[in-house]
Amino acid sequence: MLKEIIKSLLPFFMLAALYIVLAMFVTNSYYQLIMTLVIIWAVFGLSWNMLSGYTGLISFGHASFFGLGAFATVLAQVNWGISPWIMLFVSGLIGAASGLLIGMPTFRLRGHYFALSMLAYPIALLYIFQWLGYPELSIPRVLDNPAAYMQFSDGRVYTVIAMILLFVVVVISRIVEKTRFGMALVAIKQNESAAEAAGINTLAWKLKAIALSGAIAGMAGSLYSVVILVITPGSVFGMLTSAQALTVSMFGGAGTLWGPIIGAVFLIPIAETLHAELGNILPGIQGVVYGAAIILLITLAPEGIYWKIRDWLKKPSDEKDAPQENADITIVPESLEYTKRPMPTGDIVLSVKNMSKSFGGLKAVQDVSFDVTRGMILGIIGPNGAGKTTLFNLLNGFQTPSGGEVLVDGVNMVNQKPHVMCRAGIGRTFQIMRPFKRMTIHNNVKVGAYVTAKTEAEAEEIAADALQQVGLSSISEKLAGGLSTKDLRLMELARALAGKPHILLLDETLAGLGSSESKEVVAVIRKLSEGGVTVVIIEHTMQAMVALVDRFLVLDHGEVITEGPPEIVTRDPRVIEAYLGKKWVTDAKN
Amino acid sequence: MTETQILIESILQLLVTGVLVGALYGLMCVGLAMIFGIMRVINFAQGDFMMIGMYVTYYIFGTLGFNSIFGSLLGPYLAVIAAAPFLFAFGWLIHKFLIGRVTGVASSGLDGEGHYAQLILTLGIALILTNGMMILVGADLVSVRTPLSSEAWTLAPVAEGPILIFFNKARVFAALFSGVVIIGLWFMIQKTWMGKSLRAAADNAEAAIYMGIDVAKAHRFAFAVGTAITAMAGGLLATNLPFTPFVGLEYVIIMYAGVVLGGIGSIIGAFWGGMIIGLIQQLSTLVLPTQLQNATIFLCFLLIVILRPQGLFGRNVERT
Repeated sequence: MLKEIIKSLLPFFMLAALYIVLAMFVTNSYYQLIMTLVIIWAVFGLSWNMLSGYTGLISFGHASFFGLGAFATVLAQVNWGISPWIMLFVSGLIGAASGLLIGMPTFRLRGHYFALSMLAYPIALLYIFQWLGYPELSIPRVLDNPAAYMQFSDGRVYTVIAMILLFVVVVISRIVEKTRFGMALVAIKQNESAAEAAGINTLAWKLKAIALSGAIAGMAGSLYSVVILVITPGSVFGMLTSAQALTVSMFGGAGTLWGPIIGAVFLIPIAETLHAELGNILPGIQGVVYGAAIILLITLAPEGIYWKIRDWLKKPSDEKDAPQENADITIVPESLEYTKRPMPTGDIVLSVKNMSKSFGGLKAVQDVSFDVTRGMILGIIGPNGAGKTTLFNLLNGFQTPSGGEVLVDGVNMVNQKPHVMCRAGIGRTFQIMRPFKRMTIHNNVKVGAYVTAKTEAEAEEIAADALQQVGLSSISEKLAGGLSTKDLRLMELARALAGKPHILLLDETLAGLGSSESKEVVAVIRKLSEGGVTVVIIEHTMQAMVALVDRFLVLDHGEVITEGPPEIVTRDPRVIEAYLGKKWVTDAKN
Repeated sequence: MTETQILIESILQLLVTGVLVGALYGLMCVGLAMIFGIMRVINFAQGDFMMIGMYVTYYIFGTLGFNSIFGSLLGPYLAVIAAAPFLFAFGWLIHKFLIGRVTGVASSGLDGEGHYAQLILTLGIALILTNGMMILVGADLVSVRTPLSSEAWTLAPVAEGPILIFFNKARVFAALFSGVVIIGLWFMIQKTWMGKSLRAAADNAEAAIYMGIDVAKAHRFAFAVGTAITAMAGGLLATNLPFTPFVGLEYVIIMYAGVVLGGIGSIIGAFWGGMIIGLIQQLSTLVLPTQLQNATIFLCFLLIVILRPQGLFGRNVERT
């Protein structure tokens, strides 16, 4: 594992060494400063990338951590004579702590709201620090043993210190990328609900990410204050600071450790040089250049340089293996005619008691009760709007019921979060498919495997096994983005299977499939059932289901109308009425 | 005057100022709601659109001679009206050449439905506007000078009592002005074809397309109107607040706080949201130092989005 990480970072090590060698030849102190700043902003960009790049939750507030690190470092030396060597690490702790503090309330939000709220923190801090009376702070010069206070007359030393920090941060980023940490974050980015349902405790991972991100940003801010000597609330908490983290990362490409590095190497020297050459005549030129760079980028390569180049390099090789029909699906559905099998008579694994849910005045689910015995396939049918999906959402914790109980193996699990339900052995697929589009099929499934897998190797194995069961092994390295509906359904099934569920909740797994495709999926489900998994499947069409299920539960307007084996339920006039209206009941009788 | 009287006086005074300032904030928020509520685009540059509106008003008033033609009483308000078409055109162009590329139909293939791209793009526009304006006009404080800003009506709520409340004339006119604009906008949205298309496009853009509504055009119109309205609020604000090119950022937060408070998608809700923000800002000075006035707003904003992200009038439905 570690070997692999080091190997994958070889290009970085070589470029870093080259950079340091180049830096040694720079004698002009201003250029030395720029060379150091490039690295510091790259570190800051990586910190932003750790949270926003991987999870997709855009932060406009990374200046909070950066500024706290910078102010802590300067204030500690001014007031108590504490060396920046110590404060560099203390700033990391401060950054991590403030990350947790900010994350805990703010992670309740998603998308737009998250981005906006993050903006409020540094601006509030800016006002607070101004009010505290710190318009400008500078690091006191130390004459006696300056090195103990990270003060060097030779600017190249700072470049080396910054590079060591970057080195550490890059290695950490790569470890995150390669392990379940990164997988969880990317899964959150691609689809938070699906990640929850796949057993990922999204809040816990997001908090870890923001703590790590805050720590890195705090250290970057600390080093920045030492290098730049004078800080103001505006210069470290200001909008431009947050924007810089985001700009270098987005410019280079978010979601990869190369992005912030590429962005910093391109943008910082341009902006700094312009600032130095034209700053007197055109005081805002730095901001204009950043703004223009961002706009140009969004119009030409909306996802950043790294991804643009990668897509461009990858394209030819992708096309080669694209049109390959799933050769290994050998499960030919034997007979899809109505084959009656003996009703499983095991113990009750899932029991729903008096479940209700209302939205305002609308009673989506009313007093629904049913039992599921081990190994059975229960079909829940009902017309659109009957409350089927809501019932599933109540069962696996996406919504909290207004009343009722969910007993899993006899334990009441009502009101538990989705990832807890997943751990308890309830897997789920979605009506609206939720693939992690940018991941391969294999990795999509692997995300689901982390629920039970202790190690990476075990997760790999479980994923491969789950893919085998649904018959997707041959195309497991394809990206999920380009799959057909049937393959996506099967992949979601595999992802749910990877969590080693006892009970599978399948939400309209057959929707949108042609009849032959539908038969294939039915065959897979039946095979799973024979393997011992209990299945509850929602569908609003009955045809394919009749051959599959042991029992039907029919919902209409949120209530159970009837329950029983297929041959009886399909002849029930109430069911015909719910589906087709009253007229057909009389027609059916005649 | 007793201490109680002083306290009552300052509370009443802050309430009055809060309502007057709040009416102006409400107008800004309505401008943003046209963009954020209808298009669901976070526009970071909205504060800078306001800033541009302030400078355009300033130059129409001073350099174009509205001051000498119409005098310093009527001049500022005519300058605000004259600035609106400029900003409408400005917003229209920004949408046509920049925003339109990452919103609506164009955004469907992008990461996170284009939200990334929209946030970053408007951030870029904001940076260019702020810093570009600084290059053009410098960072000195300027204001649209009207004698009204230093004049006030006084009111003694208790007859013969010592309590006196001041109504700053510039603020009163600004508040009345925003009231008129909002009523006009409300009629436009409720009664005209364009207004109905806007509401349809806001409710469900895809369905609106199938109903034969040109959503892209409706969005562009909304964006331009939103820009013009916020800019008018800026012009009015300029009559009682000296400003620099950096004025935009803190108002962005005020505007979003108001819009979110009012409930996304509700134009009139945004006005009341802005009004509440104005009151909070003023009343916070009772217990907190003035420098922390804006920090209070940010705190309120955080509380609102965290506790009730659907706003006071909104509904939150998530589909799985």
